[in-house]
Amino acid sequence: MNHIYLDHAAATPLNPQVFEAMRYFFDGKEFYGNPSSFHTPGKEAKDVIEKSRKNIAEILNCRPDEIIFTSGGTESDNLAILGVARALKDKGNHLITSTIEHHAVLEPMIFLEKKEGYKLTRISVTEDGIIDPEEVLKAIEPDTIFVSIMMANNEIGTIQPIAEIGNLIQKYRLENHSEFPLFHTDACQASGFLDLDISKLHVDLLTFNGSKIYGPKGIGVLYIKRGIKLQPLLFGGGQEKGIRAGTEFVAGIVGLAKALELVQKEKVKENERLIILRDYFITEILKRIPKTRLNGDKTKRLPNNVHISFLDIEGEALLLYLDAEGIYVSTGSACTSTSLEPSHVILALGLPREVAHGSLRFSLGKGTTKEDIDTVLEVLPGVVKKLRSISPVRVEEKYWNRG
Amino acid sequence: MNHTSPPIQPTPDVTNQDKTKSWFYSDIVKDHFFEPRNFLKKDPEPGQFNGIGTYGSPACGDEMRVWIKVDPKTEKIIDFKWRTFGCGSAIAATSMISVIATENGGKTLEEARKIRPQEVIDRLGGLPARKFHCSVLCDKALRNAINDYYRRVGFFDKIVSEGNRMIDKIMKVTDEDIEKAVREGAKTLEEVQEKTKVGVNNSSVLPAVEELIRFYKEKYFNS
Ligand SMILES: Cc1ncc(COP(=O)(O)O)c(C=O)c1O
Repeated sequence: MNHIYLDHAAATPLNPQVFEAMRYFFDGKEFYGNPSSFHTPGKEAKDVIEKSRKNIAEILNCRPDEIIFTSGGTESDNLAILGVARALKDKGNHLITSTIEHHAVLEPMIFLEKKEGYKLTRISVTEDGIIDPEEVLKAIEPDTIFVSIMMANNEIGTIQPIAEIGNLIQKYRLENHSEFPLFHTDACQASGFLDLDISKLHVDLLTFNGSKIYGPKGIGVLYIKRGIKLQPLLFGGGQEKGIRAGTEFVAGIVGLAKALELVQKEKVKENERLIILRDYFITEILKRIPKTRLNGDKTKRLPNNVHISFLDIEGEALLLYLDAEGIYVSTGSACTSTSLEPSHVILALGLPREVAHGSLRFSLGKGTTKEDIDTVLEVLPGVVKKLRSISPVRVEEKYWNRG
Repeated sequence: MNHTSPPIQPTPDVTNQDKTKSWFYSDIVKDHFFEPRNFLKKDPEPGQFNGIGTYGSPACGDEMRVWIKVDPKTEKIIDFKWRTFGCGSAIAATSMISVIATENGGKTLEEARKIRPQEVIDRLGGLPARKFHCSVLCDKALRNAINDYYRRVGFFDKIVSEGNRMIDKIMKVTDEDIEKAVREGAKTLEEVQEKTKVGVNNSSVLPAVEELIRFYKEKYFNS
């Protein structure tokens, strides 16, 4: 059976060129030295890390010493949030984020609110899943020290106006003669598609990782603007300027740098190709299958994201029927987790729970072809029809159709 | 994309008989999920069934509806059809209970009332622990259909409400509290929550609460 993988927002296959670049640091023949060691193999490993750091810094248009390597998106987000909030405890205790952030942002924020006495404001999104920069500005108080808004959402793929928000925050700081709030963005989903030039984004901290850009899993970056102090999460041998102790994942760092270089080089052409495929896919689903709805803004969305609610059926059942056909997608529905709650992102759009439960995310990638999409379009209507025939639920149009 | 087996096999929730490929559910669950037995294809004709029961709500992720045809002489279930909105195990569990209730000439209503989730789970060859709640709903839908049959034939003494159970362990709300709230005029989940605080910190109990509200509304107001 032919397999069609449409879950690139969860994980991407490793680019063979990235694998090739990493190989030398895995095969145990030559480059196995500890980067902290004071001998030739150690120096070689160290050099490779610094070269990778420099390459990444060039793409972000920042200084190499502003790049910190971590174990992935989750650690970078946690380091940014916990690290900055704790370091600035005497400057203020108010944090701002949005209702649609990844759990790697929301959970440390909620932890600080519940356990460490910080105040937390969560900015709502429009029904299309977009954050209004003015709302962020309005939420800023004199004791606000930190704002974190994601660059692109991992479920519905909406692209947030980060540069605008960054601009407003910079203006606020100027007008109020304040260094705060600092502005962080989680760019894990965006880094394969959007420009990461820090000087244009006006962010102070930025997260991305390898697993979404055809790089290795378990490696990530936190960009930290020079001068920002944060409290480390890991203490030890003082690696990464003491901000993130632990022997570096040399192969991962090399792979991450190579992966970022490749996706950023190819992004204009690849985005163009994916947008055509994405829009074709969306149009055809909505045309061929009744009672379906696109979640998230039509155009302010990642080139690879298609997020659809199929009314009257439950997402996991649909996912498993597609799985049986060799089509791999993802759902934010309750049954994939331990709670009965559907995805917080879909609920944040103001959709009723019965609609949220029937949502699927298709995320396209480099290997996705028009033939793949056509195959899915052939399979999908029948599968939806079958599951609807065994469902007792008939959700009324007024609950889900956006006029 | 071609699939070869990785050198280190991931551990599945439930191991398949052949142990070659992991799937999330047992082979029996898979079979009932992809080839559901006894689901109601066409909307029923008047008189085709004499008991209908519902449990859960789509807002909470699962809803089951059960239609039974009971032979009035033997009180055996001679036909059992269903529809389910829910995940893979919810669909498979309803399919399985329809088989259990109708096999060997059909269970009597008293026997059918005793079917418990564990029996359904066992017959399915096990379910992942986090999926237990799904199969806990189909037996309740069946018991509601049995009550509905007795209500229709006027045997009110045989209607068994699921009495005095702790519904919300956190807020300490029993079904009796919910019954009282409904009798005092609360008609919606929100109104019942206002009176009892049921499920305000524990949304996993909401399907059960909504079902009880429906049950007591039928019981007291016939609506
Ligand atoms: C937006 C976003 N943030 C954070 C993460 C977490 O990254 P990681 O799995 O590398 O820790 C992900 C990916 O799962 C993501 O999509």
